[in-house]
Amino acid sequence: MDGEQLTAQETALYDRQIRVWGADAQRRLSKAHILVYGMKGTVAEFCKNIVLAGVGSLTLVDDRMVTEEVLSSNFLIPPDENLYSGMTLAELCCNSLKDFNPMVRVSVEKGDLSSFGVDFFDNFDVIVVSSCSLAAKKLINKKCRTASKRVAFYTVDCRDSCGEIFVDLQDYRYSKKKLEETINCHLQYPSFEEAISVPWKTLPRKVSKLYFATRVIEKFEEVEGRNPGEASTADLPGVLKLKKELCDAHSLNESHVPDNLLERLVTNTSEFPPVCAIIGGILGQEVIKAISGKGDPLKNFFFFDALDGKGIIEDISSDSNTGK
Amino acid sequence: MASQQQLSVIKGTKVLMVGAGGIGCELLKTLALSGFQDIHIIDMDTIEVSNLNRQFLFRQSHVGQSKAKVARDAVLKFRPHISITAYHANVKDPDFNADFFKQFNVVLNGLDNLDARRHVNRLCLAADVPLVESGTTGFLGQVTVHVKGRTECYECQPKPAPKTYPVCTITSTPSKFVHCIVWAKELLFAKLFGDKNQENDLNVRSSDAESSSEHKDDVFERKKDEDIEQYGRRIYDHVFGYNINLALSNNETWKNRNRPRPIYSGDVFTNELTRQNGNMDKNFATDDGTSVSAMAYLGMKNPQDIWSLVENSRIFLEALKLFFTKRGKEIGNLSFDKDDQLAVEFVTAAANIRATSFGIPLHSLFEAKGIAGNIVHAVATTNAIIAGLIVIEAIKVLKNDTSSYRMTYCLEHPSKKMLLMPVEPFEPNKSCYVCSETPLLLEINTLHSKLRDFVEKIVTAKLGMSFPLIMHGSALLYEVGDDLDEYMVANYAANLDKVLSELPSPVTGGTMLTVEDLQQELSCNINIKHREEFDEEKEPEGMLLLGWTQPFLAAEKDDNKSNGNDASTSNASTTATVEAEMDDEIDVIHAGKKRKLSEESKDAALGISRVADGTKNHKVLEVLADEDDLVMLGDEETGTKKKRLL
Ligand SMILES: [Zn+2]
Repeated sequence: MDGEQLTAQETALYDRQIRVWGADAQRRLSKAHILVYGMKGTVAEFCKNIVLAGVGSLTLVDDRMVTEEVLSSNFLIPPDENLYSGMTLAELCCNSLKDFNPMVRVSVEKGDLSSFGVDFFDNFDVIVVSSCSLAAKKLINKKCRTASKRVAFYTVDCRDSCGEIFVDLQDYRYSKKKLEETINCHLQYPSFEEAISVPWKTLPRKVSKLYFATRVIEKFEEVEGRNPGEASTADLPGVLKLKKELCDAHSLNESHVPDNLLERLVTNTSEFPPVCAIIGGILGQEVIKAISGKGDPLKNFFFFDALDGKGIIEDISSDSNTGK
Repeated sequence: MASQQQLSVIKGTKVLMVGAGGIGCELLKTLALSGFQDIHIIDMDTIEVSNLNRQFLFRQSHVGQSKAKVARDAVLKFRPHISITAYHANVKDPDFNADFFKQFNVVLNGLDNLDARRHVNRLCLAADVPLVESGTTGFLGQVTVHVKGRTECYECQPKPAPKTYPVCTITSTPSKFVHCIVWAKELLFAKLFGDKNQENDLNVRSSDAESSSEHKDDVFERKKDEDIEQYGRRIYDHVFGYNINLALSNNETWKNRNRPRPIYSGDVFTNELTRQNGNMDKNFATDDGTSVSAMAYLGMKNPQDIWSLVENSRIFLEALKLFFTKRGKEIGNLSFDKDDQLAVEFVTAAANIRATSFGIPLHSLFEAKGIAGNIVHAVATTNAIIAGLIVIEAIKVLKNDTSSYRMTYCLEHPSKKMLLMPVEPFEPNKSCYVCSETPLLLEINTLHSKLRDFVEKIVTAKLGMSFPLIMHGSALLYEVGDDLDEYMVANYAANLDKVLSELPSPVTGGTMLTVEDLQQELSCNINIKHREEFDEEKEPEGMLLLGWTQPFLAAEKDDNKSNGNDASTSNASTTATVEAEMDDEIDVIHAGKKRKLSEESKDAALGISRVADGTKNHKVLEVLADEDDLVMLGDEETGTKKKRLL
């Protein structure tokens, strides 16, 4: 890089991981600025991972107050009302995260992320959002894309024992060593809006059913004006009806979106801690890859369902599906 | 999925965790969040600085404290109402016997060494408690389920033997940096600072020209009143100069190899450079033993730098001098320790100077430390993922949801689009000596081999027993224990030195021996077959244990093939096949279809080609004696190295 060296303190602390990704990657990490929005269990896991990894700074945005549900999966918040009352989720998590690694600057930004100007996004290399409405996801993604430099955008959500990650690295170039050769790679990512607009019937037959199910739920919440994760068993008939409509519109056989999967996703909207750990871990690795330029980043969706145990990558972009 | 029914199963569960390290911290957190209320955790280790990048329950201020206890306290902060019982102890302590294990519904391993894993496996079998086993290395990891009678046990598939190099590769024909490290650490460092009575192959020298050396034996002894600078230069000239010259005199060796270059200190330090060596008077380094550093004395800071020959030579001489002047009391008792800065400096410098002789690329202290200390790459993310998978598997076990048990691999590069790949667990191996009653077969020369050889090479090394008892019919031949009377102890000691066929109850071809470890509650039978000859190279132990061991080398070959295209996958510590065949169905790979032992032997990645190089008198030198290096489920402190480190 630019000749700056890691300090002896950094080398000692990060010894084991420098052995995984090298000193160069560690230097890049220490200069990266990351923002997260939506401090539930999965994001807490992610934050822990990248603070330990030694990023330059981490900014937390979430003005909500503590709820029972957040407490159940977020280990960054002490379950003592005397300790958490009056503070926002971001503030509480910030206090805990600071402790994990004194070399990382952790701070809180108040407000509604989707209303922030594009110049605000310029301050970051990576934006991760969770528990966000469909409209907010699209909007924030758009702002990342209009920033003056590349701002990587990720969404992450877990429900029941399922999880989804979406990745937009825009125009991403990296090189890797294969044997003695250095290979230059180039990936082009669609935005979230572009990705979810790809007609379902053009997707490969084996695309994860979770992809469709998540889109149905996401759409349902939007149409019904619900907050993300705000659904219950009572909504199942409505969700199933919407599924049928969407499948018809996309000329997709309904069997691709199983009713029992949708039922799971509306019945239990809270996060399942082992899945938070898994999804938060995969997301941590992906962000580290994108910052360090080491390793093949995933393009552009990742799904995990504890029921079958598979952690699957799906490439959902208009250009990649035609040939398959 | 986190249904009421599931929660009640979890709440009523008593779970034992073994290991509070990288996986352990993540696991304890995830268990607590998932609703487990009665968790016991055993770990004998204390916290070190290099743990802090991933063992997130620990802080700088906890360095030196018990991992199990600090982890418990940290988790109780966000889950104050659950019960966590911490044991700062070795899981192999006799207190943790089968009765202790029986109180748990499931045992979860987050261990860092093969030895402890085997021990826990045996106790789980004895106590009939399901075990979820795990391991990580870098971005790779795996979780397996072991339920007695239903799935294979942890030892159903043999684990790789420790990495070994032929002695002559180390002493005379190194071709890789790791050979130089082994030489510097196992031979030179041991010779100079270790136990003088220990056998050391430096004496063997590099060739048959041994007879011509006059100043043998005492060359490493510091003469009375010998100036330390002079002594250092003498050692330097002997090992990097004289010995190489000696080796060069054997033309046969160099027919197909590049001839090494002897290096003498006089050539390196052309002027009076050595005089500037060291700032002893300035005394800016502290004098408390292990913090002494030759780098600090020489004003060198960056462990990532690759030193020149001159720099390496200075470090070599300075480190040697510091050992004698600052740590003189320890000389004679030292063994290499990766956390001993001065030792790492000495070994790095010595290995680099030797590498220079042999035209092998030099390495930084950081890299050399990794190789010499057998340090495993570890990151928080993989541990977190693996911990999540362990809990998912543990819940299935508790619900007795047998058909959904999976072993899961966490991959660095997707296979069939998967980064997390579940595979159906394998059935128990019917010939496993640990979980089945099938006897083993031992081919051995009963007229030459002593009981001691059998105990050391088979019972301890292969069967992993710590407190063995050996019986021939009803006759006790040998026993280890605390409560033996003197008469028995003497009797057993005498037996150890007897040839098998001359034991009080003679062991000959056709004999069946019973070997037991009461602590592990493991007993197995071994049929003895007498055999006269053994191939020194292929069977260096002079005996051959059959019946359980699988054709390991064949698997390795396979592996190397599939590796060729990607060095990083090659480190997978997985045991199932993971190659990507893009077929239509993304199906769980079925048990047995494609078992490949392989990846564990990936440790072979360390450059441990078991390729014999044709010459005679290959003894096998055990490398990296650290217990950590054997393991298949390489997790963070274990085994596997990345190729690129070399
Ligand atoms: Zn077995």
